[in-house]
Amino acid sequence: MRRVLVLGATSAIAQQVARLYADRGAELFLVARNEERLGAVADDLRVRGASVETAIADLDDPARHDELLARAAPLELVFLAHGVLGDARDTGGTAEAADAVLRTDLLGPVSLLTRAAQRLEAQGSGCIAALSSVAGDRGRGSNLVYGAAKAGLTAFLSGLRNRLSGAGVRVVTVKPGFVDTPMTDHLPKNPLYASPERVARDVVRAIDTGADVVYTPWWWRFVMLAVRLIPERLFKRLSL
Amino acid sequence: MQPLESWGRYPPARQAAVSVHWRSDPLPRVHGTLLPFGQGRSYGDCCLNEGGTLLATSRLDRFIEFDPEQGVLRCEAGVRLGDILAFAVPRGFFLPVVPGTRFVSVGGAIANDIHGKNHFRAGTFGCHVRRLELLRSSGERAVCSPAANAELFAATVAGLGLTGLVTWAELQLRPVKGPFIEAETVPFRGLDEFFALDADSSERFEYTVAWIDPRPGGVRGLYFRGDHSERAGKAPSVRDPAALPLDLPDFAVSGPTVAAFNALYYARGRLRTSRKQVRYLPFFFPLDAVGRWNRVYGKQGLLQFQCVVQDRAAVSALLERIVSSGLRSSLGVLKTFGDVPSPGMLSFPRLGATLALDFPNRGAQTFALLDALESIVRDAGGALYPAKDARMSPASFAAAYPRAAGFERHVDPAFSSSFWRRVRAA
Repeated sequence: MRRVLVLGATSAIAQQVARLYADRGAELFLVARNEERLGAVADDLRVRGASVETAIADLDDPARHDELLARAAPLELVFLAHGVLGDARDTGGTAEAADAVLRTDLLGPVSLLTRAAQRLEAQGSGCIAALSSVAGDRGRGSNLVYGAAKAGLTAFLSGLRNRLSGAGVRVVTVKPGFVDTPMTDHLPKNPLYASPERVARDVVRAIDTGADVVYTPWWWRFVMLAVRLIPERLFKRLSL
Repeated sequence: MQPLESWGRYPPARQAAVSVHWRSDPLPRVHGTLLPFGQGRSYGDCCLNEGGTLLATSRLDRFIEFDPEQGVLRCEAGVRLGDILAFAVPRGFFLPVVPGTRFVSVGGAIANDIHGKNHFRAGTFGCHVRRLELLRSSGERAVCSPAANAELFAATVAGLGLTGLVTWAELQLRPVKGPFIEAETVPFRGLDEFFALDADSSERFEYTVAWIDPRPGGVRGLYFRGDHSERAGKAPSVRDPAALPLDLPDFAVSGPTVAAFNALYYARGRLRTSRKQVRYLPFFFPLDAVGRWNRVYGKQGLLQFQCVVQDRAAVSALLERIVSSGLRSSLGVLKTFGDVPSPGMLSFPRLGATLALDFPNRGAQTFALLDALESIVRDAGGALYPAKDARMSPASFAAAYPRAAGFERHVDPAFSSSFWRRVRAA
């Protein structure tokens, strides 16, 4: 892929993915909210060999989506990486907090990717890759809204892949497990945590090889298989 | 994040840690004092802050600007030297000073004013820092260089992280043709042979260092010397090595095991004395082949000793004392420093011979040896290296670092370290 649109370019995983494309001399179009941070990311990628354009935008605002995609055109690879975890213990109880998480993690991505898919379908080529999460594989009490948003995104990506399979457009669903990023800074770490560098290598390999759904690290596929097999009658009593 | 410890894993310390993700962010508000923490490659307690907070900088790992004509690189302070080399070597540049591991951050290299195998020519790392930005607890961002904010610059180079958080630095790189080093290995026996070899080699080679095995019956060693090759070539792609997955038991570093390792290493070196081209990684960073090699020393950890003394008799006395202690060291290094001045007020390298060894932490036995070595160094008017130290007394520090009082005026009031409180204890 020569041209990459990175949505949520200041996210830790997106930065590492963008570096791997910068090493290949790619053309990057980076979108993020914070101007100073986006500038730091863009400078880094330029030094590493990419040609970089940037746009400041709040991706929660669907009114910006068409304009952003038009500016980033022609699209080749669209990598969607933005998201928020929310904090179930502090805010998960309020409907407002749930609304904010759903807007950022599901409604915004669906709006963006629907529009991106129309453009890619029209040109008959390209690839969409998006960060979902293992949290979407089964709802847990500790991050149920985040899990619900990612479950929705996973289902949406699956449907998009199905719809676009005949149109020459690929869709890659990435399901990271725990990743050591600013999103999880406040949580105690354990050996299940992966580095954003590791996740990024898996993302780029999945895009290169034409995978549909990739768990990263790979063994999460089996962990989540086991988690999904637990009967609900038992699952509901587990502290997860 | 993982609980943070120093490379020697001694002393243990309890402290909070906060990651710094963006250089534009203000310092976090915390209880207690702050200390920047890069890659944790300092051996003792100068990267620890018992009861305070560490500012983990590993995510400040972005490049900012590169001038391919002049070889000037500006980058964030958490960038590792190995990442700079992986970037710079294919573009025809090299760091002017590299230590024995590529897994140190730019901030750590500045804070400890590290040296390489070419100190007699290139001086310390700080000699090649053109500018840096220092974020103080007052919120001030001071751009410091030998010309602007010169005193603060001199305090920050070798300043052990105490003057504030270095957010970025601008480094002068040096041109190279490719990734190769023309290297030679020369076996030697005895200190006289070492010093003769060293005098001859430093005239003709840019990089010199000796591995030594101090043992009953006299020291022996392998003298390594090399230059950047004129040969162009593709730089190898660099991945982080597999890490040692567990702490090894005590016998891994017992006397007989170390003696056997040293004998094998020496014998292997004697078979490989011809001049040859090697890639820069194994020449400069042989220990980096194994990630987390400090786990060889087990949970108790290791204590490093590194000093510089002018007097050859003192080197000899140090080696004799080590041999008589019965403790063996497998990573003994001997080299000489030149007289290139460093900008840093607390810089360690100075004219003389520098001896570095590591010892397993055997409690009182190891401490007694280190105390004895420290007094030999003090009597010889030498200095111990803060980056390697977990034991030196306030008196030794004051004697070896006479500019400490002047330095102290530049210490940020919100910053401190376990090392600093130890050596400045009244």
